[in-house]
Amino acid sequence: MSNGAPATVDLQELGVSRKKVSPLVLTLLSVFFGLVIGGIVLAVAGYDPFKAYWVILVGTFSRPKYIAYTVIYATPLIITGLSFAFANKTGLFNIGAEGQFIIGAIAAAVLGYYLHLPPVLHVLACLLVGMVAAAVWGGLAGYLKARFGVHEVISTIMLNWIALYLNNYVVSVIKTAEHLTNPTTPMIRSSARIELFAVWKDSAAGQAWRGVHPFWDDILRTPFNLGIVFALVFAVVVWFILNRTTLGYELRAVGYNRFAAEYGGINVKRSMFFSMAIGGALAGAAGVCHVLGWTRYIAELAASEGYGFDGLACALIGSSNPFGCILGGLLFGTLKYGGSKIQNELGAPTEIINIVIGMIVFFVAMPKLMSLLINQFRRGENHVR
Amino acid sequence: MFDSIAFILGTTLMYSTPLIFTALGGTISENAGVTNLGLEGMMTIGAFVGAAVGFIAGNPWIGFLAAGIAGGVLALFHALASVTFKADQVVSGIAINFIGPGLALFLSRVLFKGSTDTPPLSLDKKIPRPLNGLFPDNSFLDSVLNQYWTVYIAFFLVFAVWFLLYHTRFGLRLRACGEHPRAADTLGINVGLVQYVAVCLSGLLAGFGGAAMSVAVVANFRPALISGQGFIAIAAMIFGKWKPQGAMWACLLFGAAQGLVIFLGRSDIQSVIPIPSEILSMIPFILTLIILITFVGKAVAPSADGIPYDKESE
Repeated sequence: MSNGAPATVDLQELGVSRKKVSPLVLTLLSVFFGLVIGGIVLAVAGYDPFKAYWVILVGTFSRPKYIAYTVIYATPLIITGLSFAFANKTGLFNIGAEGQFIIGAIAAAVLGYYLHLPPVLHVLACLLVGMVAAAVWGGLAGYLKARFGVHEVISTIMLNWIALYLNNYVVSVIKTAEHLTNPTTPMIRSSARIELFAVWKDSAAGQAWRGVHPFWDDILRTPFNLGIVFALVFAVVVWFILNRTTLGYELRAVGYNRFAAEYGGINVKRSMFFSMAIGGALAGAAGVCHVLGWTRYIAELAASEGYGFDGLACALIGSSNPFGCILGGLLFGTLKYGGSKIQNELGAPTEIINIVIGMIVFFVAMPKLMSLLINQFRRGENHVR
Repeated sequence: MFDSIAFILGTTLMYSTPLIFTALGGTISENAGVTNLGLEGMMTIGAFVGAAVGFIAGNPWIGFLAAGIAGGVLALFHALASVTFKADQVVSGIAINFIGPGLALFLSRVLFKGSTDTPPLSLDKKIPRPLNGLFPDNSFLDSVLNQYWTVYIAFFLVFAVWFLLYHTRFGLRLRACGEHPRAADTLGINVGLVQYVAVCLSGLLAGFGGAAMSVAVVANFRPALISGQGFIAIAAMIFGKWKPQGAMWACLLFGAAQGLVIFLGRSDIQSVIPIPSEILSMIPFILTLIILITFVGKAVAPSADGIPYDKESE
């Protein structure tokens, strides 16, 4: 199992050019092909693909509000992407971000309502507990792998389901305790919210200020929140841990070759545990930010919401690089938010976005095909000369 | 008492069937050396195509076959990536898991006036029960053995796949590709071709598995119908140590846990032993984890599983 990054392919191997194709070019090309195939599917189904992509583009960038929503959509995906990317560097495949996200969200919703703390402290308490709980959840999978050899893909799938039903259990208990009519937890207290100017923006003074600042007014219409700041900080922290600390060095060494790492004196089992625990903490943080910044409660879930898998795809598109995760997340935010609009405007099914995302990931998985195509293109150019 | 046992056995058989089809698919693919994490997506497209074609054609068997073909076509993409272009197989599988459900819901909306649920099949248009009416109503044998055709087909396929893998020339070649592709290649086996066939067969079976859900267990396709069963089938395959009979036992165990959950959730049982339904629903998953820890030990995959075979590389 490689680390999912589009490897640089030596074209000399393929016998034509001496130039190497950079991962960035491969990724951009994959995105392009993904969009083209999505367009073909739309066209076959009888919708105008150019119109559809235009709707997505306009629906994402034409108003400050839309851009804010795109960022809000991207935030949890960037963080779950970081979670996947982190464990991936140790050669582990963290499919469990889904469940770890839920654990973080449960902690945030429960503490956000039941704790009484001053504003900043309340947020930090939720974040800390959510991350620790999710670290335990993820670390459990790492422990099972290290101690009993249970494949992390299986254990995390099981843990995802257990987390989902735990979510529903917590919601039903709290619903009964608080005499609520809907299967949700109560809204978190305002001291726990990380939405920007959450209280002020609806006050009289806030309304007056917004009246003369249309640009900011448009952004404040959305639940724009500090989550994106957390996401950027996490990206830097992940990069730092992986590239500038002994722990990160050891984790990456295990990922490259666990036997060599073991021979070199690295405790492989300990590395697996830490890798999954830190990955879990990140996914948990995504859940915390999602609840504190946007939803403000958790509800009963019929099936998983897909934040883990979407984040995974972001990380794959971003070559499992922390900063690649940010770009991957923003791309997904654009597709997901903009894509939600084609249903109303064109009547075209929103699910086309999942097909596009799948095709992008599909092409990202095949650097060899991409290089061959680039190669063909270059050869064509040479003939012209 | 007997009633309860019969009920649990009956639900066990019904719920393990879609998993058995899919886990058998995984077994074939992985024994040929190709990891197939895309089973979930192939199962979902199978469930949709089975229900949609079954509804349009008015015949569940046509739907069932179409489901297998749809799963196989999606698997062809996975084979193209994994075998021809030496892709990262896990990543390609993940991609399939986006494409399969995405395509299923997209097509459902296009074909059925914007709905993500396909229209329900009437009772007589579902897969029939071959032994219906043979036993007295609600007798022990009736509750256990009066199952849909798909149940019997699944168990027959366990035998068929076992025979294919361990008692035919093709099976030997297939396993050779999964264990040591270079040796297989040296002996003149067309590794790429064998892997293509294996991956497509796995998609075919996963498609059947999805349809076993949508045209037998229930009567239509809906978005959360498959959610996670493809992954559970993969777990069962690993749990069953990459062998068809092992995978079958694992699926049965999972189905039994599911049957127990449904049994314990019945209102007459709930009045005696009240357990919250959410906690009950966790049982199969917790059970699987515990069994993996205590009984199985290290499961060993075919040695070249998941590694693209490259003729030229040393």
